[in-house]
Amino acid sequence: MDQFLAIAITIITASTPLLIAGLGELVVERSGVLNLGVEGMMVMGAVCGFGAAYATGNPYLGIVASIFGGVFMALLFGFLTLTLLANQVATGLAITLLGLGLSALIGESLVGQPIARLPNFHGIDILIIFSFILTALVSYMLFRTRAGLVIRAVGDNHASAHAMGFGVIAVRYACVVFGGACAGLAGGYLSLAYTPQWVENMTAGRGWIALALVVFATWLPGRLLVGAYLFGAISILAYIVQTFAWGIPSQLLSSLPYLVTVAALVVISGNRQLMRANTPTCLGQSFVPDR
Amino acid sequence: MRLDLEKRSDRSSLMALLSPIIAVALTLLFGAIVFWLRGVDPLHGLYVYFIQPMTDEWSREKLIVKATPLVLMGAGLALSYKANIWNIGAEGQFVMGALAAGAVPVLFPTWQSPEVMVVMLLAGSLGGLLWAWIPAVLKVKFHANEILTSLMLVYVARLVFDWLVRGIMRDPKGMNFPKSVRFEGWQRLPSWGDVHLGALFALVAALALAFVMYRMLKGFELRTLGLAPRAGRFAGFSADKAVYFCFAVSGAMAGLAGATDVMGVAHQLQTPYEPNYGFVAIIVAFLGRLNPIGSIIAGLLLAITFIGGEAAQATLHIPDKIAKVFQGVLLFFVLACDTLILYRIKLRAKK
Repeated sequence: MDQFLAIAITIITASTPLLIAGLGELVVERSGVLNLGVEGMMVMGAVCGFGAAYATGNPYLGIVASIFGGVFMALLFGFLTLTLLANQVATGLAITLLGLGLSALIGESLVGQPIARLPNFHGIDILIIFSFILTALVSYMLFRTRAGLVIRAVGDNHASAHAMGFGVIAVRYACVVFGGACAGLAGGYLSLAYTPQWVENMTAGRGWIALALVVFATWLPGRLLVGAYLFGAISILAYIVQTFAWGIPSQLLSSLPYLVTVAALVVISGNRQLMRANTPTCLGQSFVPDR
Repeated sequence: MRLDLEKRSDRSSLMALLSPIIAVALTLLFGAIVFWLRGVDPLHGLYVYFIQPMTDEWSREKLIVKATPLVLMGAGLALSYKANIWNIGAEGQFVMGALAAGAVPVLFPTWQSPEVMVVMLLAGSLGGLLWAWIPAVLKVKFHANEILTSLMLVYVARLVFDWLVRGIMRDPKGMNFPKSVRFEGWQRLPSWGDVHLGALFALVAALALAFVMYRMLKGFELRTLGLAPRAGRFAGFSADKAVYFCFAVSGAMAGLAGATDVMGVAHQLQTPYEPNYGFVAIIVAFLGRLNPIGSIIAGLLLAITFIGGEAAQATLHIPDKIAKVFQGVLLFFVLACDTLILYRIKLRAKK
């Protein structure tokens, strides 16, 4: 029973960063912006959070710093794509490459340093609880409030939303910043709670998996929660199977999360009706107001 | 003050030429600031990082060696991105190309004739092509987003490589090191100093792809589909075929780059093998203005960031991670400066 509980806790901690980063990106994409820089924002959150916790000895300050790390990268993304109208796909890639490089440089002296782990109660820390609250809040905000309606309007038809007097660019900036804050927080969770240490490239593709999860969840927060936990479970079970040494190559088990991501994308994207009903229509398109 | 964009009546061809140059200048400025913050004389830092690698014969050769895979892959990706098809998994296709090329001497260690070289190069290209076709098939048949699938396959490719080189492809006489047999004789690419035949392939391939893109119907088709997919469809161009074609070309180029890298530089397979050329090639493609010929210049420039990073580590005591920062910042400025081609930037006092 104890062992079962321990596995359950590990699955929860593995799923939480995917869920938080995914929720941020979900809101961003609902507003019609495709930010492929989740990985870069996440890794910057991880290094900023770890650095602040190391310098101050306070993991809660680490959380705040990780949010700022993600928001900083998100603002760069916003400036390029929303103000300078650069291609969103290319800019997202730039954010990821820049984030991986900057974090490696900033974190050079932090490798191998110890910090105080984020306190938890039987393995449950405040960010796990927060991630559930955030899921509910995002779901409520998107589908039950005026703000959510505006975000979805901007994402589905930016020209009409503009004609109705909504500030398309301002709404999108707000969403991009929210997405950056979530991605940064998710990265901070990795370096402050999941494995309290800094390692270069420590996000290991989780930002990309979060992006895939948003598609898998067809842009619905509730389904994102299910998807994130499904993924967390699969990646942890792969680790557990590894310890049984059944002769399954460890590399196959390590590649499982990536293969499952591909499979999940194929299954969901193959369903054209479901995709057409839920994909924000203006996803990835720049908006140029005609002044 | 607020920043406003004003659309130009016409695409500025002057800015199209200037924007990569401005981007490079801004990156240098950024570099100077970083050096200054790190307590290094900025001019000295820039000299060591960006100029010194071009001053002596030995590092000029290294520069070309580094640029070879970047140009090969950058040219292939340029073609693909121009058609709005986003293969960002070139790194995985590169690794699979190296693996496929290396499988030939592992299976036939004693095969020594000019044919083996050709077979290895073909195997490498085919390995990259087939790996790249997975996201292509998934996109056409199931509409799965090729950005995410091609990227996921990078991680899978690295793990497959690791598994095989630690497992059945390991050199039985290699004292258990995770390495394959060493390639000998015709299993290596002919070389002059450090520079190997791959450099010539890169040059020829970039020119050939530029010809395809700007002088052949196929290129017109791809550019049309990229710029105006609806118009392309009315013209009878098949978007699905374009996906297969672009992934085949960019995948084969990445595979060839992987093959030339193991046949010309390392002369064996060893794990971990994560040179990151595949991701830097994305920057090469954009800096080269998505023109295969531009990739040649851009590839050389990004090769400097690799070599300069090593020089910075050795003489300036700045971690070589700075290379990745410069590469990221460069792409960033390239994208920002591209705005100038279609827009004028106006600073206005706040109303």
